[in-house]
Amino acid sequence: MHKSLSQISLVQFLKNPERASKTFSADDWELLIRQSRRTNLLSRIAFLIAERNLFDHIPQSLHFHLEGANTIAYSNLRSVRWEVLKIYEALNQVNLPVVLLKGAAYVMDNKDAANGRLFSDVDIMVKKAQLIDAEKALVKHGWISTKIDAYDQKYYREWMHELPPMRNLKRQSELDVHHTIIPPTAALKPKIEKIWDHVEPIPDYPGMFVLSPIDMILHSATHLFHEGDFSHGLRDLVDLDSLFKEHSEKDNSFWQTLTIRAQEMDLSRPLFYGLRYCKKILGTQIPETCYKQVSAVGAPPRFHLYAMDKMLLKAMTPTYINQSLPFAGFANFILFVRSHYLRMPLKLLIPHLIRKSLKGE
Amino acid sequence: MKISDLPTKKLAYQLKDQGIIINIGPYCINLSSTLATVAVNLKTHYGTYNLATKEDITDFYINVDAPSLSRRWLRPQAVFSFDGHIPFKPLPQPQAFAMFEWGLNWVVANNAHNHLIIHSAVLEKNGKALIFPGSPGSGKSTLCAGLVTQGWRLLSDEMALLSLKTGLLTPIPRPISLKNQSIEIIKSIPGNFFVGESVHDTAKGTVAHMSAPQNSVERSHELAKPSAVIFPKYRNGAETDLSPLSKGRTFLALADNSFNYHVLGETAFSALTTMIDQCKCYNFTYQDLDSAYETMDRLIDA
Repeated sequence: MHKSLSQISLVQFLKNPERASKTFSADDWELLIRQSRRTNLLSRIAFLIAERNLFDHIPQSLHFHLEGANTIAYSNLRSVRWEVLKIYEALNQVNLPVVLLKGAAYVMDNKDAANGRLFSDVDIMVKKAQLIDAEKALVKHGWISTKIDAYDQKYYREWMHELPPMRNLKRQSELDVHHTIIPPTAALKPKIEKIWDHVEPIPDYPGMFVLSPIDMILHSATHLFHEGDFSHGLRDLVDLDSLFKEHSEKDNSFWQTLTIRAQEMDLSRPLFYGLRYCKKILGTQIPETCYKQVSAVGAPPRFHLYAMDKMLLKAMTPTYINQSLPFAGFANFILFVRSHYLRMPLKLLIPHLIRKSLKGE
Repeated sequence: MKISDLPTKKLAYQLKDQGIIINIGPYCINLSSTLATVAVNLKTHYGTYNLATKEDITDFYINVDAPSLSRRWLRPQAVFSFDGHIPFKPLPQPQAFAMFEWGLNWVVANNAHNHLIIHSAVLEKNGKALIFPGSPGSGKSTLCAGLVTQGWRLLSDEMALLSLKTGLLTPIPRPISLKNQSIEIIKSIPGNFFVGESVHDTAKGTVAHMSAPQNSVERSHELAKPSAVIFPKYRNGAETDLSPLSKGRTFLALADNSFNYHVLGETAFSALTTMIDQCKCYNFTYQDLDSAYETMDRLIDA
């Protein structure tokens, strides 16, 4: 059954939980649960339902799915806080400043985006000159590199913006250590020093920081539109939507500051996509002036944008469960290729893909 | 309407088409598959289960199928998917039904967080439920199947679902998975029960499923009060021996055997302590099944 985007239960609910709740049939609720579980959003949905007291609209027999998803979110939160404490202990001993990124930052900065969010790993950023020291300190505290192969090591260290993913031996938790917010091989070149200039301290964790609210948003947008795996795409868009809402409510000049900062950081393109798809998919309220200004600098050529619209809207939405859009699989494939193209020039990309295909990965 | 009421052809057709929706314990499971072996085993082992009615809402959508066209002919495989998510590597196709069983365990263990889920068999007689936690090879399933042949009600061979709301055990009766020597031991017991075909070379060795008794399936909605926790240990040549175990040790062993203790945190702690407080706790060594039955009967009569 093919449907247009706005008819997909999950999208309807995310756009307006109250309105969706009033109109949903039992079948819609069932679909919502399946689609959100598949996109890692079930805990977020459960949070929204609990926060807005919408349980009465939902068939009794489905409640346990949502209550369970809430329980999982709490346990996730517990373990992220614990991980952050352990990372803090490891790096604080060697006096190494560290910035928490993405999910862990939302949690420690008490962002709404942390509510009902699931975490597969923790992302941190250290200064490039201290990358090796950070690695040593982490190894001393039980984290080891997960990619042992020499080629993979080189791939991560030289071309990507991070150490190979690390895993804690005791807890099996994953940690990604970055030294910038976008691969250094990519065409966009944000100045990382400018990001460090604006980081904000986390109370009670001296030497540990989160990005400034604006940079947090720019990073979230950049991350989303440079990733090849869109299975978390909608989840990431939900993060972005929540950050937009939270900060624009707190700060009157928010949209203007955001626009200027994006230009300064050479990140107007990802911000443009972030604004566009939050608006298109989730109906996020974005002032027309801001959208126009970002679009003037950041929008891609018309055909390029047309292709992105066609593909992203398909890849972002749960493509498998009853309400899939046509050609979603193809769109995902093209986006995967695109993400690699964005990350590295062709002269690096082609040998990389040949090597990976020969190794059967 | 029960699964056995569906003609085999129609069952196979529905499995291929929209899937069939089965009431299994507290859940409605939509199962779809194009594999003949799944249809056949479903009819054999789930014949007494109710098909969902129009009012029922499906909890979990499960598919067991060949992963790709080539894998249909060349060393055929089966892959388990839960709403499009594939949690395990494919297995050889003769193991497709066993894979459904293992996969369903995984689905319940990862989603039924309104329960503390403990890896154990659960049986009930005269309103008293016994919990038999067990690591593989402990003889948990053998003892469980044996007691079922003696008229005990099967709540589960694999997981105790301790309701966090009521402190009672929620039944989820399903085929009992017998392994290796225990298949012959159970088959040699006289009585009116059914053990299916053996599947060889699985990760657990040879596996055969014993169907859940009709009476247990029909009583799926009757929750049971936990009255004892018994850690079984099958040992060749051992005398039957039931010896008391401290509540502290029982607690640690049960927490260790539970699938979602870490997810539930404090809630799990209080649910488990409350349950253990009202239970007798034992280690149980046995070889002879008949004397094991006597011991269990005496335990619930006491």
